[in-house]
Amino acid sequence: MTQTVERSRRPARPAAPPAPEALPLELAELVTDPDTRIVVCCGAGGVGKTTTSAALALAAAEVGRTVVVLTIDPARRLAQSLGLRELDNEPRRVDVPGAEGELHAMMLDMKRTFDDVVVAHSTPERAEQIFENPFYQALSSSFSGTQEYMAMEKLGQLRAGEKWDLIVVDTPPSRSALDFLDAPNRLGRFLDGTMIRLLVAPSRAGFKFASAGFLFFSRIISKILGGQLLRDISSFVAALDTMFGGFRERANATYELLRRPGTWFVVVATPEPDALREASYFVDRLSTEQMPLAGLVLNRTHPPTTTALSATRADGAAEEVLEAGGEGAELVAGALRVHAERMALATREQHLADRFTSAHPEVAVRTVPAAAGDVHDLDGLRGMADALTGPDADTPTAVPRRRILPARRR
Amino acid sequence: MSPDPSSVRCHVVTGKGGTGKTTVAAALALALAADGRQVLLVETEGRQGIAQLFDTPPLPYEERRVAVTRGGGEVKALAIDVEEALLEYLEMFYNLRRAGRALRRVGAVDFATTIAPGLRDVLLTGKVKEAVTRRRDGRLVYDAVVVDAPPTGRITRFLNVTGEMAGLTRSGPIKTQSDGVMAVLKSPQTAVHLVTLLEDMPVQETADAMAELTAVGLPLGSVVVNMATEPVLPEHDLTRAAEGRLTGADLAPALAAAQLHEVPALADALAAQAVEHARRWAAQDELRDEVEALDRPTVELPLLPGPMDLGALFELAGRLEEHLRSEVAA
Repeated sequence: MTQTVERSRRPARPAAPPAPEALPLELAELVTDPDTRIVVCCGAGGVGKTTTSAALALAAAEVGRTVVVLTIDPARRLAQSLGLRELDNEPRRVDVPGAEGELHAMMLDMKRTFDDVVVAHSTPERAEQIFENPFYQALSSSFSGTQEYMAMEKLGQLRAGEKWDLIVVDTPPSRSALDFLDAPNRLGRFLDGTMIRLLVAPSRAGFKFASAGFLFFSRIISKILGGQLLRDISSFVAALDTMFGGFRERANATYELLRRPGTWFVVVATPEPDALREASYFVDRLSTEQMPLAGLVLNRTHPPTTTALSATRADGAAEEVLEAGGEGAELVAGALRVHAERMALATREQHLADRFTSAHPEVAVRTVPAAAGDVHDLDGLRGMADALTGPDADTPTAVPRRRILPARRR
Repeated sequence: MSPDPSSVRCHVVTGKGGTGKTTVAAALALALAADGRQVLLVETEGRQGIAQLFDTPPLPYEERRVAVTRGGGEVKALAIDVEEALLEYLEMFYNLRRAGRALRRVGAVDFATTIAPGLRDVLLTGKVKEAVTRRRDGRLVYDAVVVDAPPTGRITRFLNVTGEMAGLTRSGPIKTQSDGVMAVLKSPQTAVHLVTLLEDMPVQETADAMAELTAVGLPLGSVVVNMATEPVLPEHDLTRAAEGRLTGADLAPALAAAQLHEVPALADALAAQAVEHARRWAAQDELRDEVEALDRPTVELPLLPGPMDLGALFELAGRLEEHLRSEVAA
């Protein structure tokens, strides 16, 4: 058998301990389990959260569950990959030939969701008044934070409806993956906070708060923001305040929903340092918040079709073939170089994955090859679903799906 | 609509997440700083990506030199801290810096940036505008300012936020501030560059962002195709492989001659990989056509082997410099 050539920098250096082996992530069990009611896919931007969400939803629908996938995305990507011409604020049934269950997809319309909340909790006249308020218009359609808040709101609504066996949520393309957890509470705290109450109705809050310090502060705020904005905010919050019991309470309620049994988080990353760093933060954060983490999906990996030939040996063989010459030598040398590049890339990716596992040995891992993640249509989505939910050990190269390269051949 | 490339001083770099916009922004800053020019590279997302690229400690809210270029050029970097920017703003307009610190202690600054979440973006773009127009002894301090901006999904909202705030506050100092910022961002001094990869979604998002930016009158710059690769297979074999007409049998004899083991299985595996490679290449070529159809000046940056360090950044900067020169000449 071939022997891997080991070159150590110093002769006396002890052998490095073997990298810890990641636990297998069995997503098939997760999405088919009737107790699983919510799956939240989170991770940095551009790692394939949307397609992962859709593929998991598809897998669950194929085994007979009634599933809705909720995406929050201005680029309408999910619609494209599901063959839907448009997605609006309502779940739309996706035609999946041969599926035993049902797949529905929806895209969050932030403003409409906010409008619905207002309508549901007030009289028509009051709702009208709120809709016309310029501060409401800005808050409901454009400011960051509202999107995350409304995503949580919509999730709460869908869950309350009891229509769905499973809700798969794709988190917003935030500045950081953590915004999804932080923003709703921040917005809730703001709309419900003491500060805004003081600003809105200092008289109601009582004399003891209306100290000289506070008056000074409110003078500055109105100086910076302009008195008219302050009045708009004031009437907006006053109107909202009377009709439903506190934004913070609602934010907390949806937040609690995420901690209930039946909710699972799937962290998505690509085998790149930035994406994995973000994934690391998220894993730490979920564990601090005691939110259940199913595991890490390492998307767009590049496993080679064979691991029998190392990068170095493939490059050497390519040279040999070229030297020998003959018809098709360039093609064969090219194919060997393609393999050498692939091995080098896979080695780098495995190394990054190992580093993640060293830091988080308790996190189960599933890799999804790039070829499977290149999704344009339902077939592509099905390919990705197979890669996500196939048994860990069942691959053509016998490399388990929690890895990119076989263990101990690095 | 197209700004005159030689007059652009504010370069906003955006792109879908994962396309490497921070790297491109940094390389662009180096390119613009060649021949003794002064460039400021601004980070708006608070991720300290610039510090990592230039291998420096996390950047404070302070303009710090991160690289020197030929002819005595300099790239300074600034990671904008929203709180600090607000305090600076208070001081600049109201002489209130000390009061501002007191306000921070009671959590009021946090409150003020939340009261109008758009205030964050106003402060960020306001700082950019200030750097672009800053003068010392009557001369512009920076020849160019490069902004590592939010991703394509949020870029229009980010750049246009002062416009939105202006709609919200019909009077008052924020309104005045907003108008000033929009005047710079919508002027021919500004260009929004879009970074993409030769992949479906990034190209699609680039097209979407271009339409959005154009709709609100923000000036477009170049499209930067990042991490472009060269085919490894010989040209004439690419088409054949892409069509799947390449099998293990084509490779086996030469592999056997090279004394490799278990040739049939190896040949099949290598053929499958070569086909995938060729298909990816063909798909990239199609996307290249799509990018061309966007009808913007376009530059391709190669995928470099190894880690992204200062040397690699300078290599990319070289390509961008060439592109900028050809742009000005055109």
